[in-house]
Amino acid sequence: MDSAAPASELIIHCRELHKSFPNGRGGTTVALAGVSLEVRRGLIVALVGPDGAGKTTLIRLIMGLLPTDSGDIAVLGNNIVQHPFAVESDVSYMPQKFGLYEDLTVQENLDLYADLHGVSALDRQERYPELFAMTNLGRFTRRLAGRLSGGMKQKLGLACALVQSPQLLILDEPTVGVDPVSRRELWAILLNLVKTRSLTLLISTPYLEEAEFCNQAMVMYQGTILTEGSPQNVADYARGRTFRIAAPPDIKPRQLVAKLLSSPLVADAVPEGGNVRLVLKADAPGIAEITAAVNGFVIEPHLADGFMVLLRQAVAKTQTEAVTATVGGVSGRSKVESGGIPAVQASSTSGEGILRPSTVATMHSDNTVVQVHDLVRKFGEFVAVNHVNFEIRKGEIFGLLGPNGAGKSTTFRMLCGLLPLTSGTLRVAGYDLRHARASARQAVGYVAQKFSLYSQLSVQENLAFFASAYGLRGGRRKQRMQWAIAEFDLANLLSKITGGIPDGYKRRLAMACALLHEPAILFLDEPTSGVDPLARREFWQRITAMADQGVTVVVTTHFMEEAEYCDRMVIMMNGRVLAGGTPTQIRKLSANPEKHDGTIEDAFIQVVLEEQKAALKASAVA
Amino acid sequence: MSHKTKLSKLRRITAMSRKEARQMMRDPSSIALGIILPLLLILLFGYGLSLDAHHVPVAVVMEDHSPVAQSVFGAFAGSRYFQPQAVNSMVQANKLLTAGTVDGIVRLRHDFSRNLRAGHANIQFTTNSIDANRARLIENYASGVVSAWLAQRELTHGQHYYQPVTIQQYIWFNRSLDSRYFLIPGLLVLIMTLIGALMTALVVAREWERGTFESLFATPVQPGEIVISKIIPYFCLGMLGLAVAVTAARMLFHVPMRGSWPVLILVSALYLLVALGMGLLISTRTKNQFIASQAALLLTFLPAMMLSGFIFDIRSMPPAIQAITFVLPARYFVALLQTLFLAGDIWSVILPNAAVLVLMAIIFLGLTWRLTIKRLV
Repeated sequence: MDSAAPASELIIHCRELHKSFPNGRGGTTVALAGVSLEVRRGLIVALVGPDGAGKTTLIRLIMGLLPTDSGDIAVLGNNIVQHPFAVESDVSYMPQKFGLYEDLTVQENLDLYADLHGVSALDRQERYPELFAMTNLGRFTRRLAGRLSGGMKQKLGLACALVQSPQLLILDEPTVGVDPVSRRELWAILLNLVKTRSLTLLISTPYLEEAEFCNQAMVMYQGTILTEGSPQNVADYARGRTFRIAAPPDIKPRQLVAKLLSSPLVADAVPEGGNVRLVLKADAPGIAEITAAVNGFVIEPHLADGFMVLLRQAVAKTQTEAVTATVGGVSGRSKVESGGIPAVQASSTSGEGILRPSTVATMHSDNTVVQVHDLVRKFGEFVAVNHVNFEIRKGEIFGLLGPNGAGKSTTFRMLCGLLPLTSGTLRVAGYDLRHARASARQAVGYVAQKFSLYSQLSVQENLAFFASAYGLRGGRRKQRMQWAIAEFDLANLLSKITGGIPDGYKRRLAMACALLHEPAILFLDEPTSGVDPLARREFWQRITAMADQGVTVVVTTHFMEEAEYCDRMVIMMNGRVLAGGTPTQIRKLSANPEKHDGTIEDAFIQVVLEEQKAALKASAVA
Repeated sequence: MSHKTKLSKLRRITAMSRKEARQMMRDPSSIALGIILPLLLILLFGYGLSLDAHHVPVAVVMEDHSPVAQSVFGAFAGSRYFQPQAVNSMVQANKLLTAGTVDGIVRLRHDFSRNLRAGHANIQFTTNSIDANRARLIENYASGVVSAWLAQRELTHGQHYYQPVTIQQYIWFNRSLDSRYFLIPGLLVLIMTLIGALMTALVVAREWERGTFESLFATPVQPGEIVISKIIPYFCLGMLGLAVAVTAARMLFHVPMRGSWPVLILVSALYLLVALGMGLLISTRTKNQFIASQAALLLTFLPAMMLSGFIFDIRSMPPAIQAITFVLPARYFVALLQTLFLAGDIWSVILPNAAVLVLMAIIFLGLTWRLTIKRLV
């Protein structure tokens, strides 16, 4: 899809929007720093960017739900700054979490929005069947919205937004928290809608690859628009500089990625399909020779590659602008540093060999550190984990993948000894979790999704507390704390109050605390959700270093592409393991395994579709 | 306003109220708060927190065995306030008192009947004063029993004993001196406050928490319509709670109703509107359920319980606290309730109190109206 004719009418026109929020510590956080935006009729426009980029704030300003600090907004020719609700009958909006009443049924939710939008009975007769056909919700009209799956809620939210005939549809992160199959279905619906109705669509998403469906992408980062244009335009920033290279046989792709990311020449490196996808910078000294040298491996860039090039440039610029900014001066700008490059280099060189797991109890001879057999967990009638089996070996990075509600976190909590199991066996570091939960817990480190740190204590005090909590004393305590401070580069922060440091450092501190007692296994629950791409790369670099030192790492994630960093993984959905194995094995499950860049997500979708087909057949037989 | 916009306004209010009512009926906690809680409070206060004493166990030390002393014992036995137990010695009685078997000791000394004839008899009365209030109450009851006995004796014997002053008690309104008769009407203030203020503050906070306001704000619904549609179902629930509580009060505890029903319903509706106004006003400033419930409890429920005159008499509070009670709507409602239940339609009490409530309803609802805006800040 290319951009439409330039003559088409302007639907949204924003100029120089600024918006800040009080940050609760007396200062302000800049959410939008001068954003200008034009959306023309009939186009699909994506706001892409990591969490915290300002996408939601921008959408709320356009909807008139928040007052602007400065700047102009015109929607369908109406001045939204002065008349925030002038266009509500021509614009439909679905907020994050879909804005549904969970204690009303599907039909009642639809009726409510139809009444509020003043849709006549006649129009309803026509539109309801259309909406039900589109969303496949016809069978569930009497079900409470709270009892729907994430994907079905998302479709109901969309149906409620389309109960009137809007000219403009605005969707805020409609695909977050939804399984990949439902995400693809939603996009199919949206693409069809824009084709059949004369609709303009503004959609925000943290998934860069989804922007490829759009006519125009606005790439946002930290309150500014890095670039805008067709997905092709964005990808072009990495054109001729994106390569696929194979790792030498004795090095894992993720280890090569970790090395590459430490180089000042590299804009991005990620493991992909058993190889490494590499994006080189445009303007680093000596880059021309290197680019020429690997020229044979050049591949077609994606929007995400272009985004990473732009992102590195933006970060480099803010870092030179803010050389004097210390980590303590926390504001919108210095947040960049949490994902910054210097810290990465420090971590990959220091502390090697210091981390020697000492609490490894009676290991199995075959190096199995976690053994899960026929694991079941019920909450009342609901089976959250349904006869799950897998094994984790020493020194592995093991991934638990799946959409929200798949049963990952429940499995995870049982592995960490935080939740008793209903039935089955579970052995962690040689301990049976039915009988020796406390001893098993000594052998594991656990980093919760929201980092269990004391925000009123200083960084030093948090470390000291967790050292005591794990029973460390005297020389060993001192040595371990010194190790943690060096390994995680916390020396400058020791006296800072934990609540005030950037999230990237909180994550480091949480990991440092979890590793103080030298556990054999480190459990990380959704460590990369809500994290910008730079910080995610830094995180995986660190995890790679841990695994190289012999620590077993178990990670949950809903980013399918992160499976590429794992040695082995299981994919879960609805409490069951759908597939397990190495990334290469998983990729082979995708629809056309011959295709070289068949992704883990393709494989996941294929597995789910086959599941559904099998279930359908089974019910037909019965 | 054109006819058409009026019509669509009405349709939106109906749709929103219907939605609110459905949510209310599907939420077990609102049923619990609207029906079970009024019943529970009535039962608790009716049976548990009575400020009266009935059938108080007392030991009567019969050191004097004369028929006169026997008739004193008979007087205690005949009173519904006491359950006397005759013992022979003070030692024995003290044992019973320390063991907690009895709450008081009545001692008739061996020279009781002799002294009585001589005109200077006395009865020693000892109470367990751990609960000072109850002790004072028992003491009063005991002297009541004794004076009744004396009066009776005077009548039957035609004898006159020297009594310099006799206290004649008139009990107005609460003729049977039953504290339940003023506690239970007062309970209505708690029930209405909980339903009106706490529940509405919570349901609004829930809409913020679940993000539903955001999609609601993107529709043509007006802020005032949101306010009205929150008021209607909870007003109905509050009136239902009132009906449950009044029925229980009448059926279980035979609380008198001396005023007229229409006036009671009217002033209750008025207070309910004030409570709804307070709840909605709180909800314009709180966006999570925890803070909303804390604010509603601290600002509405606790003052209604402690400072409205429902349990503690306002006149015996320190002047500073008394001054505070004037801004509490609950104070005026308690005055209205106690008047209506125990005295009747006393217009000189009803009109000024009701006028204050009207004023407060206008202030709270008006402020809510102005502060409810379709903005996410």
